[in-house]
Amino acid sequence: MIPENFIQSNLQGISFIGPELILTLAILLILLVGVLLPYWRHRILFTILAVAGLAGSVLPLWKLPQPAPDLTYLSNLFVWDWLTFLSKPFFAVVGVLTILLTQVTGEIDNSEYSECTILVLAVTMGMMLLVASTDLLMIYLAFETMGILSYLLVGIRARDERSGEAALKYVLYGAFTSGTMLFGFSLLFGLAGSTDLLAISQKVAFASQHPQDRLLLIVAILFFLAGLLFKTASFPFHFWCPDVYEGAPTPITAFLSVGPKAAGFVLFIRLFYPLFATGHDATIYEAVSGLDWPSILALVSAITMTLGNLAAIHQNNLKRLLAYSSIAHAGYLLMGIVSLSDLGLRSVVFYLVVYLFMNVGAFAVVAMVASAGGSEEIDSYRGLGARAPYVCVAMAIFLFSLIGLPPFAGFVGKVYLFAAVIYKKIYWLAVVAALNTVISLYYYLRIVKAMFLEKPTETIQIQVPLSSRVLLLALLVPTLGLGIYWQPLARVVSGMF
Amino acid sequence: MLPDHLLSWMIFFPLLGAGLILFVPKRYPTVMKGIALAATIPPLWWAANLYVQFDRWGTGFQYVEKVPWIRAFNIHYYLGIDGISVPMVLLTALLSFICIIASWNINEHVRGYFALFLLLDTSMKGVFCALDFFMFYVFWELMLLPMYFLIGIWGGPRKEYAAIKFFLFTLVGSVLMLVVMLVFYFGSVEPATGLHSFDLTILADQSVHQAFLRSHTIRWLCYLGLFIGFAIKIPLVPFHTWLPDAHVEAPTAISVILAGILLKMGTYGILRISYPLLPDMAREFALFAATLGLISIIYGALCAMAQTDLKKLIAYSSISHMGFVMLGMSVFSNTTAINGAVLQMFNHGTVTAMLFLLVGVIYDRAHIRDIDSFGGLAKTMPVYAGYTGLAFFAALGLPGLSSFISEALVLVGSFQQYKIITITATTGIILTAAYFLWTMQRVFLGPQNKKWADLPEISLREAFTLTPLALIVVLLGFYPMPVLDLIGATLKHTVAMVVG
Repeated sequence: MIPENFIQSNLQGISFIGPELILTLAILLILLVGVLLPYWRHRILFTILAVAGLAGSVLPLWKLPQPAPDLTYLSNLFVWDWLTFLSKPFFAVVGVLTILLTQVTGEIDNSEYSECTILVLAVTMGMMLLVASTDLLMIYLAFETMGILSYLLVGIRARDERSGEAALKYVLYGAFTSGTMLFGFSLLFGLAGSTDLLAISQKVAFASQHPQDRLLLIVAILFFLAGLLFKTASFPFHFWCPDVYEGAPTPITAFLSVGPKAAGFVLFIRLFYPLFATGHDATIYEAVSGLDWPSILALVSAITMTLGNLAAIHQNNLKRLLAYSSIAHAGYLLMGIVSLSDLGLRSVVFYLVVYLFMNVGAFAVVAMVASAGGSEEIDSYRGLGARAPYVCVAMAIFLFSLIGLPPFAGFVGKVYLFAAVIYKKIYWLAVVAALNTVISLYYYLRIVKAMFLEKPTETIQIQVPLSSRVLLLALLVPTLGLGIYWQPLARVVSGMF
Repeated sequence: MLPDHLLSWMIFFPLLGAGLILFVPKRYPTVMKGIALAATIPPLWWAANLYVQFDRWGTGFQYVEKVPWIRAFNIHYYLGIDGISVPMVLLTALLSFICIIASWNINEHVRGYFALFLLLDTSMKGVFCALDFFMFYVFWELMLLPMYFLIGIWGGPRKEYAAIKFFLFTLVGSVLMLVVMLVFYFGSVEPATGLHSFDLTILADQSVHQAFLRSHTIRWLCYLGLFIGFAIKIPLVPFHTWLPDAHVEAPTAISVILAGILLKMGTYGILRISYPLLPDMAREFALFAATLGLISIIYGALCAMAQTDLKKLIAYSSISHMGFVMLGMSVFSNTTAINGAVLQMFNHGTVTAMLFLLVGVIYDRAHIRDIDSFGGLAKTMPVYAGYTGLAFFAALGLPGLSSFISEALVLVGSFQQYKIITITATTGIILTAAYFLWTMQRVFLGPQNKKWADLPEISLREAFTLTPLALIVVLLGFYPMPVLDLIGATLKHTVAMVVG
């Protein structure tokens, strides 16, 4: 199955993986510097190299031709569409923010810092590959590149027991689900005789007419769903999330909560849309295997958000609380997948962009407070508003945005997602999500309440360095700006699908 | 000289003040208060001009401003006012100004208080001027943030509980409204452009509704969603439990804003959104709404009678008085009742504001609000007793004071449609008279309590906040036409639209 519009020469196709190549170069450079200058382990040098590598990786994008939905390259392994084109800078931003956050909070020891930057770059590279892949084999390779390296990142603090435990849990879950996913892929391959997604989608539409193939198709879809739900931390594969998020160094938690999660959702789009809605808005999905997949996913979405929100209520550790909140947000994001429409796709992409800023922002504050002498427990936030007003106001804004209150970006993201399901007339899911917003208000406000409404129990002075403040400002501007005027971003996502 | 874009100026001028306050150094709290006061004076002047210049015979929107905001969703920055908005805007501007003065004794976190208060001011005016559903929603929600902090930081002993309860209750209503808003968005097509629309004036045109929005079930559910959202705000029994807590814990000025303006947003929302968008459902729900109104009147009055805390008593009396508004709004056989209802919205705003300010006065001095612990206060503070007497008599509906006229109009109008409900509702007036007179007697009359014998008389600043309200109460009691003139044409149009 070869589309007309594909880049014949692999040599020519190389230019399309420019970002990944530049990242590889940056990784090698950091490795070299780390080896050649073992006694000169200045963090700032690695930071500069890593940020330069990430920034440089997006430069070649503007030299490449206009993206098109059927423009494939490197023997049909990758596609050069708008989703690919825009995902790469997205992940570069995720990487840059993570590196900067690690730099300003100093949570990672100097001895592990260069490895940490290398791993962040490598995971970013894996994510960039993943979102462009349209071939099952390539998808799996990129998925594992991203996965295995993020297990390492979680356990990077070698001497910290919790970090190690988290990494082990992550590995076990990850190995299980990616194995399951691979098995699902092999079934799909057996059914379609090809690993190319486009070819598969056409064979599947055909196969689903035959009762004997239907069961196979159902099993295949169920199996690769496992991998997707794991990466996005959705029910019923969300159990790893709180432990891993709590145990990992906070900047890495921030990274995991937006990077691999976003990659998981992009993969969701890549796998499901060609399978279920070839004509985008068409209702072809009903034919696939005779099961109503959107309704099943809608149920998963509703359970995920409710479970995440209810579990978050009782958390006293902020990282665990935000972990459960990120499970809830996976549930919200699934609403966009469920709706199987252009608007659904746009809403997922839009939400991921705003989620990036507000969620990294919230984790950044947690990391900054912890490194300035506080802790990750909610107790150390009591009365913090009077002692560190700037940081606390920023935190409040990120949290209000996560709740989805205007005039913050999270509100607009939620409107998009709600619009997507209401457009598809899945009203019950919209109402469930609406009530979930109210539940989530309660636990996010617990933090706000501790910061502003309660009297301090300890009197330690919180000093936040200027670099941290600047980083927070960089996250605040889009969180506020996109809430008030989001037409530019709306135009970009409308152009995508 | 009035600026162009008058409504925008009026809405966002307080926000400019809030921005300015953030840059005042911490050691000048008085400067911050001054800026806050200065930020509320021009809007009051503009609102007064608006009142004078407003064309009373027009049924359309005036002072309209409309520019595209988010083209991708066809959202407009769309402002305009009609006869229902003008009194509300005027009330908001007046009470904001008065409340800044009433907040002069705030000495804790001055910057935060006044900045948040001005943000609240902006969002309230925004709600009353927005004609785009999306904008309405943004302002509606924006109000929650400052309110939460104003109750939660500067409130009484149980402020945390009260603040979160207020927030949770209101948010339940808001998110339901959000869902309904999006259903309407996708259920409508603007004929001129073929786009979906948030424009309230377009959505009111029933012919733009798509087939699925014409189904009875969808319309019924939409109306229910909106109704719950607004009923929480009004609040109607059984959605009212947040109100006594919020009122009791909130600082004086915030109680005034809560009772004076926020509660009106519920009834305003029904008039602005529910009725025009779903007139058929408005008819279907009328009896139900009137019944809830009646229950609120009686239940609120009975609860008020049982209170020992002065502030809680007034909070419950608000529930009772807002019940009259709901009852009057549910009558479509004549325009008398609905005119009375909107007049009651305005009157309740002024009277309750006075009541809360008066409670604030005594609480600042005695630091308790227990009705039974006072006694013979009329001897200690005669001027204060005079103001309180006026406010109490206004609240219980004494002829010659403003509330009498609005409640009488509501009852006269609703008697034509709901005989039994109206007759039962009149007992509410008796109950109201009973608890206000009884409270009056316990606090001001009887033997003088020696413990409070040396309480200082009401100060000039406090009298200054009360006097304009007292004048309005007396004036509208004798001659209600200044308000009735304003709202008549619009309400006639509203009723005609609902009746179909």
